[in-house]
Amino acid sequence: MLKERESPQAKRYARLVEQEKPRVSLGFNILRAFLVGGSICLVGETIKTYLISYGMSVETAGIWMSISLIFLSALLTGLGVYDEIARFGGAGSAIPITGFANSIVAPAMEFRSEGAILGLAARMFVIAGPVIVYGLISATVFGLIRSVLL
Amino acid sequence: MNKTFTLKNVYVENTASVVGPTEGAGPLGDLFDVVIPDDIYGENSWEKAERKMLLESMGLCMNKSNYQTEDFDMILAGDLLGQLISANFAARDLLIPFVGVFGACSTFTLSIGLGSLLVESGFMNRVLAGASSHHETAEKTFRFPTELGVQRKATATWTMSGAGTVILGGVGPVRVSEVTFGRVVDYGLKDANHLGAAMAPAAFDTLNRHLTNLGKKPEDYDLIATGDLGSVGHIMLKHLMGDKSLGSGNLTDCGLLIYDTRQDTHAGASGCGASACVFSSHFFPLLVKGHINRLLLIATGALFGQTTAQQKESIPSIAHAVCFERVSDQ
Repeated sequence: MLKERESPQAKRYARLVEQEKPRVSLGFNILRAFLVGGSICLVGETIKTYLISYGMSVETAGIWMSISLIFLSALLTGLGVYDEIARFGGAGSAIPITGFANSIVAPAMEFRSEGAILGLAARMFVIAGPVIVYGLISATVFGLIRSVLL
Repeated sequence: MNKTFTLKNVYVENTASVVGPTEGAGPLGDLFDVVIPDDIYGENSWEKAERKMLLESMGLCMNKSNYQTEDFDMILAGDLLGQLISANFAARDLLIPFVGVFGACSTFTLSIGLGSLLVESGFMNRVLAGASSHHETAEKTFRFPTELGVQRKATATWTMSGAGTVILGGVGPVRVSEVTFGRVVDYGLKDANHLGAAMAPAAFDTLNRHLTNLGKKPEDYDLIATGDLGSVGHIMLKHLMGDKSLGSGNLTDCGLLIYDTRQDTHAGASGCGASACVFSSHFFPLLVKGHINRLLLIATGALFGQTTAQQKESIPSIAHAVCFERVSDQ
């Protein structure tokens, strides 16, 4: 017996579904991501420039800039604002370091009700975990390539 | 084409609904019995809030008709969470024999369909049938943490917070006249962000069987309402109906009635609560007042799980149809 999900009728239906899918404007989405991502970077640059003007070294100022952005992102996530920014900005808010902070704070808040260990701590990395794993792997691979080539 | 049950002695005595604040701000907001002030409803977890909503809708139903728990022979209820924790835990506080039912978002008409057969059979006098869903508990279970910054797909529906309950018994202003249980239908679609399209073939299958079994036409109903196909699923159902397409425009979808477009909920409301709350607080009063006489409610459910989605399996769907008729005044 031919399974319904492999039938020609089902295939025709799948094509029709594709046709009826609402189109999203890619250009408009990219523009919004640019604006939001750019604004986040602008905030970071402002913090960094300000710290350097007070005599901090560029390297130390960079670290404090990252810490400040992570703090702000965590704060805005806790206040329920960051997901609204992301709804508008998409990748513009996901790519910067603030997006990474959001991806850790959001599940920590969500699973707090299941306790501090098995809830908050265990589920905290449910989104960020894969990023860390593959980030480390690619860093190792590129580090090896670099050490061989240079 | 498998059986459609025609019933003579089952009535909806009363209904009640409890919804979340977003739903309360929508076009039907004033109709619901209770709009809770925030999604956590004074509890310390969303799961507790959901079961409180379901329990409250059941209690309201009983109060409206002045019944006590001992007046009921059974509760049939379900929700979307693992092990039906909303329905199970709500029933814990009622001490009425309980059967949890799961039909994903089709649970409401599944409960009513089963409950109606029990009452029609004469084994039971009065049954409570209900269903609930909650935006945050569903997001937590099936998608991402609520505060995570993600852009939703345009085809994605918004699982609504809401619980609805009806009392099925031997008297009442609205009669349950026909029940068709769904077959599991799978057209091979895999996009969990586009459940409406996956469920439309199930709604069509049940509708088609219901009409064929009874020798009826869509025009024989004043309103045919699917559960939560959403905007795209609704269009897909119309495509499937083809020449059976309803000229009079009597086809609607509960999910499309809950929010207005300003609420940025994309394709509309979904969840067991959609059909449960829209029936309880919108369709039931319309039937009672005689604005419509015959309603065919077809709640739709996507029967997939997190695991099957991650294993790239397609999404099987189901739809259960129940016809409600106004009892004329004489």
